[in-house]
Amino acid sequence: MTELTDVSKTGAAGAHHPLLEVEDLHVEFRMQGSTVRAVNGLSYTLEKGQTVAILGESGSGKSVSAQAVMGILDTPPAHVTGGSVRFQGQELLTLPERERRAMCGNRIAMIFQDALSALNPVHSVGIQIAEMFRVHRKASRAEAKAKAIELMDRVRIPSAAARFGDYPHQFSGGMRQRIMIAMALALEPDIIIADEPTTALDVTVQNQIMKLLAKLQEEMEMGLILITHDLGVVADVADKIVVMYAGSVVEQADVEELYARPGHPYTEGLLASVPTLASKGQRLVPITGQPPNLAAIPSGCAFHPRCKRATDRCPVEVPALREPAPGHLSACHYAEEVLGD
Amino acid sequence: MWRYTVRRILQMIPVLIGTTFIIYAMVFALPGDPIQALAGSKPLPQSVINALHERYNLDDPLVVQYAKYMANAFQGDFGETFYGQSVTSALESRWPVTLKLALVAWVFELVAGVTLGVWAGLRRGKFTDRVILGGTTLIIAVPTFVVAYSAQLLLGVKWDIFPVAGTQEGWVSYILPGIVLGSFSLAFVARLVRTSIAENLRADYMRTARAKGLPKHRVVVRHLLRNSLIPVVTYLGVDLGSLMSGALVVEAVFNMPGIGQGIFQAVQTKQGTLVVGVTTILVLIYLFANLIVDLLYGVLDPRIRYE
Repeated sequence: MTELTDVSKTGAAGAHHPLLEVEDLHVEFRMQGSTVRAVNGLSYTLEKGQTVAILGESGSGKSVSAQAVMGILDTPPAHVTGGSVRFQGQELLTLPERERRAMCGNRIAMIFQDALSALNPVHSVGIQIAEMFRVHRKASRAEAKAKAIELMDRVRIPSAAARFGDYPHQFSGGMRQRIMIAMALALEPDIIIADEPTTALDVTVQNQIMKLLAKLQEEMEMGLILITHDLGVVADVADKIVVMYAGSVVEQADVEELYARPGHPYTEGLLASVPTLASKGQRLVPITGQPPNLAAIPSGCAFHPRCKRATDRCPVEVPALREPAPGHLSACHYAEEVLGD
Repeated sequence: MWRYTVRRILQMIPVLIGTTFIIYAMVFALPGDPIQALAGSKPLPQSVINALHERYNLDDPLVVQYAKYMANAFQGDFGETFYGQSVTSALESRWPVTLKLALVAWVFELVAGVTLGVWAGLRRGKFTDRVILGGTTLIIAVPTFVVAYSAQLLLGVKWDIFPVAGTQEGWVSYILPGIVLGSFSLAFVARLVRTSIAENLRADYMRTARAKGLPKHRVVVRHLLRNSLIPVVTYLGVDLGSLMSGALVVEAVFNMPGIGQGIFQAVQTKQGTLVVGVTTILVLIYLFANLIVDLLYGVLDPRIRYE
């Protein structure tokens, strides 16, 4: 641990360590009498300039895992019970709270789903962006304001200077999300975690926001963790996809590989449920059943009650995350068969 | 905003007329002749009764009496008491007493109520929270006069920390009665703040504030408190009026010559003009406190617009 910290301080860490390594992360919610295991062994790595998409239904633990990486979980009830999160080789989970907080916004920043509720309703958007410079960079009021306006300009908010003093409710959904992005990018962080950044927006606006985010990511060479349930959003921007189900990783692969040859029945089901131009006029194929209750995750493979390929083995034996094809991970007993189809 | 303010002030007129008329009617509907009450059990010559009735418009229909009274009141003349003293001068010495008392109570409930509420809200479900919840429940449940007499007995008489009664010692003599008067609202404010804090703690923007890497105190003060105290402002604003009109019991226990006692005596001696005069002013205070609160609301919460 100390060794890793020292390495990162020399600045040479970037060469040897990935930007972010999440290893076997576990998060539990402990409420009176019951324990909900929201994340059960999530692992992935993120490199500089790379986009990793974490894909899953609501309740699959994807947002919780992001908040655990950020260190902003509500504790209690949420507890990180195991695993490791390393930023340029430096362990974050054991970092003192002060140092962890100093990284938030500075090195790792987050964009939330619903900008209307995620922005403070009683402070003007300009003040909320400027706050980043005031707190982290000890900038003067005028300096912070100038920088905030510059950022608002950069995320294409028309007449930014005039809108500095406007409040969140005075903006449209798309413009509000741009404000969120400006706030997250303020200190030019190394990693952006975007938690369903476009879910609350119209389809056309979704596209604009994703393009903006992708462009800024490229310009600033940031790593982007994109949390979403929307396969359409993922296809355009992601390099690597991590598919989560019931708090665990079920599949991980590069984006082209995953779309061409899904290696897990759940991913297969997800892809089949997306409308495409080719499937026009045909019925979509949904995944039957409900996402599992995290307080009572099914035995064996958590997906088995909804799986078309399930056999007697599935409810009994937990499938390990294996590498059935080079660079392609899957947690299915029959991954080879799925890949072959 | 100006249009809104003007409209609100215009709306006050019917409210003021309505409330004062009801009070006027009720006071004069009390059984018994006020002039006879003045004389006690002594018989009065009919000529005197007639002259006095004439002087105080007592033979006119109620509506006419009321109209005459209000017409004078708006010129600053609230009429005369039956002792020939003008209502304004009869109350002159009483207003400052009640005003000071209410102000002490208000500052106390503001400072202590908000502090306790924030404390409990941030430690929801923990020991501190339970103690504060229990304590405030007790204060709400116990009648004011019990609190007043107990405080007077313990803090005034037994331990001699505060003056026992009266207003001779300046501001010091207002501390204990003020605390007693403010205690009920204090409990209310503390609970209101606690709920508001606990609710806003879970808000999305609080998570954003943490994700921005802001220091804890900044998250609490700039983001949490700023949002949580909005509903409390409403209560505190309106409560200033309630404290003034509710000071009667505390004034009686601590023997303070305020308007509460004034009204009480006036009701006993059927001095309608005095009662109506005081209530008119109290109604006005209420109405303006309400207006100020509503205007303040828009300053505190930018989502509120006046149309």
